[in-house]
Amino acid sequence: MKDLLHAEWTKLRTVRGWVVGLMAAAAAMVALGLVPGYQGTCDATCKLPVGPGGEEVTDTFTFFHQTLAGDGTITARLASLTGRLPDPSREAGGTGTEQATGEATKEGLAPWAKAGLIIKASTQRGSAYAAVMATGSHGVHLQYDYTHDIRGSATNSPVWLRLDREGDTITGSESADGVTWKTIGAIHLKGLPATVQWGMFATSPQYAAPATGSFGLAGADGGPTQATGTFDHLSKTDGWTGEQIGGVDHASPIQQGGTIPTQEGVAVTGSGDIAPAVAGAAGLGTTITQTLVGTFAGLILVVVVAALFITAEYRRGLIRTTLTASPLRGRVVAAKAVVLGAVTFFSGLTGAAIVVIVGQRVLRANGVYVHAVSAFTEARVIAGTAALLAVSAVLAVAVGAMLRRSATVITAAIVGIVLPYLLAMSILPAGAARWVLRVTPAAAFALQQSTAQYPQVDNVYTPVNGYFPLAPWAGFAVLCGWAAVALLGATLLIRRRDA
Amino acid sequence: MSEAAIEVSGLRKRFGATTALDGMRFIVEPGVVTGFVGPNGAGKSTTMRVILGLDTPDEGTALIGGRPYRSLRRPLTRVGSLLDAGALQPSRTARNHLLWLAHSQGLRARRVDEVLEQAGLAKAARRRAGGFSLGMRQRLGIAAVMLGDPGVVILDEPFNGMDPEGIVWMRQFLRSLAAEGRAVLVSSHLMNELQDSADHLVVVGRGRVIADTTVAALLARASGDRTRLRTSAPQAQHVLANAGATVTRTGPDVLTIEGLHPERVVATLTAHGVAFSEVSAHRATLEEAYMELTRDAVEYRAEEGAR
Repeated sequence: MKDLLHAEWTKLRTVRGWVVGLMAAAAAMVALGLVPGYQGTCDATCKLPVGPGGEEVTDTFTFFHQTLAGDGTITARLASLTGRLPDPSREAGGTGTEQATGEATKEGLAPWAKAGLIIKASTQRGSAYAAVMATGSHGVHLQYDYTHDIRGSATNSPVWLRLDREGDTITGSESADGVTWKTIGAIHLKGLPATVQWGMFATSPQYAAPATGSFGLAGADGGPTQATGTFDHLSKTDGWTGEQIGGVDHASPIQQGGTIPTQEGVAVTGSGDIAPAVAGAAGLGTTITQTLVGTFAGLILVVVVAALFITAEYRRGLIRTTLTASPLRGRVVAAKAVVLGAVTFFSGLTGAAIVVIVGQRVLRANGVYVHAVSAFTEARVIAGTAALLAVSAVLAVAVGAMLRRSATVITAAIVGIVLPYLLAMSILPAGAARWVLRVTPAAAFALQQSTAQYPQVDNVYTPVNGYFPLAPWAGFAVLCGWAAVALLGATLLIRRRDA
Repeated sequence: MSEAAIEVSGLRKRFGATTALDGMRFIVEPGVVTGFVGPNGAGKSTTMRVILGLDTPDEGTALIGGRPYRSLRRPLTRVGSLLDAGALQPSRTARNHLLWLAHSQGLRARRVDEVLEQAGLAKAARRRAGGFSLGMRQRLGIAAVMLGDPGVVILDEPFNGMDPEGIVWMRQFLRSLAAEGRAVLVSSHLMNELQDSADHLVVVGRGRVIADTTVAALLARASGDRTRLRTSAPQAQHVLANAGATVTRTGPDVLTIEGLHPERVVATLTAHGVAFSEVSAHRATLEEAYMELTRDAVEYRAEEGAR
């Protein structure tokens, strides 16, 4: 097997077109990734807060709060939850007040509009918290430290809410009448200081929905929203301060919140979210996945070289020479796959590493906000892209051994691997795109996803925005499955067939 | 069993409705050039592919030194073969073509330079094989055959496309291989190409062996007891036929006589006062012998069937 690998390596490196093709694959990824497509307005101050878990978070809300030293319990009734949404249908015409503010809005609640009680380590953005809340249309939830979410009942306002602090343990409860309480959950906030802020909050996230009626590149409609929570039956009636946490500099009217004391309590109006930050339509900026847009071009080149690596032998009759030199045919296919896979991995790794590292800088220099990712995620995205290319090359070699004709094999490989990805990224509706990226070899593009998808954050979670239907390793497993089946078929066929 | 370098026995193979091999059976011995001749489509190339483990026969076996080709480890050090000199990646240089072959057998690059030198390709070593003439491709193919210094050499139609100089070179090369004790199997559809190089002949037609013999025996058999007569006298044919001979006109003023000793031919002609200018014993060429054999192939097959 060692001799065979050596021979196949010599074969690969002695045809200049193939070597150039594999290097060009890396170069194409880099070139397409560095083309300045995105422009933004972020400068160095444009930075998201980081939550206790190390992830970037959104932490923008209106906080009607006071200090709590030690343990305690806070109770209030959320009498009503109302809000405003952007109204794109009226934006164009613009009548009355909307025209005056330049912002068309209508009555309504974003599904994840939130109002309720919160205990927070400090008013610092990104600090630890636990909150019990009613939402626009998802019922009652207990959320803490941005990424954690526990469902309560499906009721909306009015609802009684309660938070208990006992050391590190926070217990969230809800009640329909203020008499019978139901515990939603008891959670631990490690390292919560003895003195914390607690009170009422309201916030409402950026609204986003896939643009309807547009065929082609999937766009999204959206805009800021607002929520107002009206509280009464406050367990403590004095000592409160109203404050906006993490407001926007040039806020539009809908983003301007505040607190208005009422006869029975307080009305808290806020815009924003207390949640993990997401990239895409509902969030800010983009992700490192964006730098890898050129992967498809590299993939096309890799697949063409891989197909030729074996089909050229059939075309010239050289396969007979190969098989007289190495009569164990299964091993010949395996050696070709290993050599091409390894070289492609190396080429892909170089290209992906350059474009991800340099591409982030280019995007930031253009004023685009690029979400920070952990070193592990960045390494997985880079190595994953290389692995995606390498295993696709192996798949193309195997298909080449089965079908033998260059044009047929190149067509089959591009239609089977690259085309599903391109379609999913362009004209396919989101549902079909997700389906395609689950079952075709292109599922492995999931390796490039760099930010997580959260059920408690509404966003346009489409492949175009860097969200894939399968987990990274699951998507990769789909591609590996295809390659394994093709290799098995190639081995059986080449053994049975006359050369 | 004998020390056969190649032993082919009872090969049968069909491609759809066509019978390519129909009981092919012969052996190739070391130190001998065995010519493998037959018309196009007689099954020569298929037999060679079966010997090399490329095609699988429906029946029968082909063994190299007692073992199937596919079981050989580093097979190019046992068997050197050239089926198609055009089987090259055009953009790869001659040297690199030999280099990957060498690496597949665990051989060093030095051996590549040796065989390039032997084949007279040292100067063209770093040129792309795609630009080679057919003759140069044949030489590159020969270099590949010699790479593993094999004891068995199998060449399919090596004279094809060669210029006269190349044909002379190839004949000497084949003779030298046999002189070194190697077993050589070389196919051709033209018998005269093998006239001066083969010792043993396996003549095939329609997928089976028609004759398996030495060149000398085949020539003797084909020549028979025939006499060549040059005469312009019209009555010669009639006179000799009356004396019991079979007479065929084989050229202007040339008759070929069978079944009558040359002395009796002369006596008969003299007795009848027929003038003639030349009487000689007929010497068949290998080509004629081959033509005769392949012409008889159908009849031969019928006899085989009756046995």
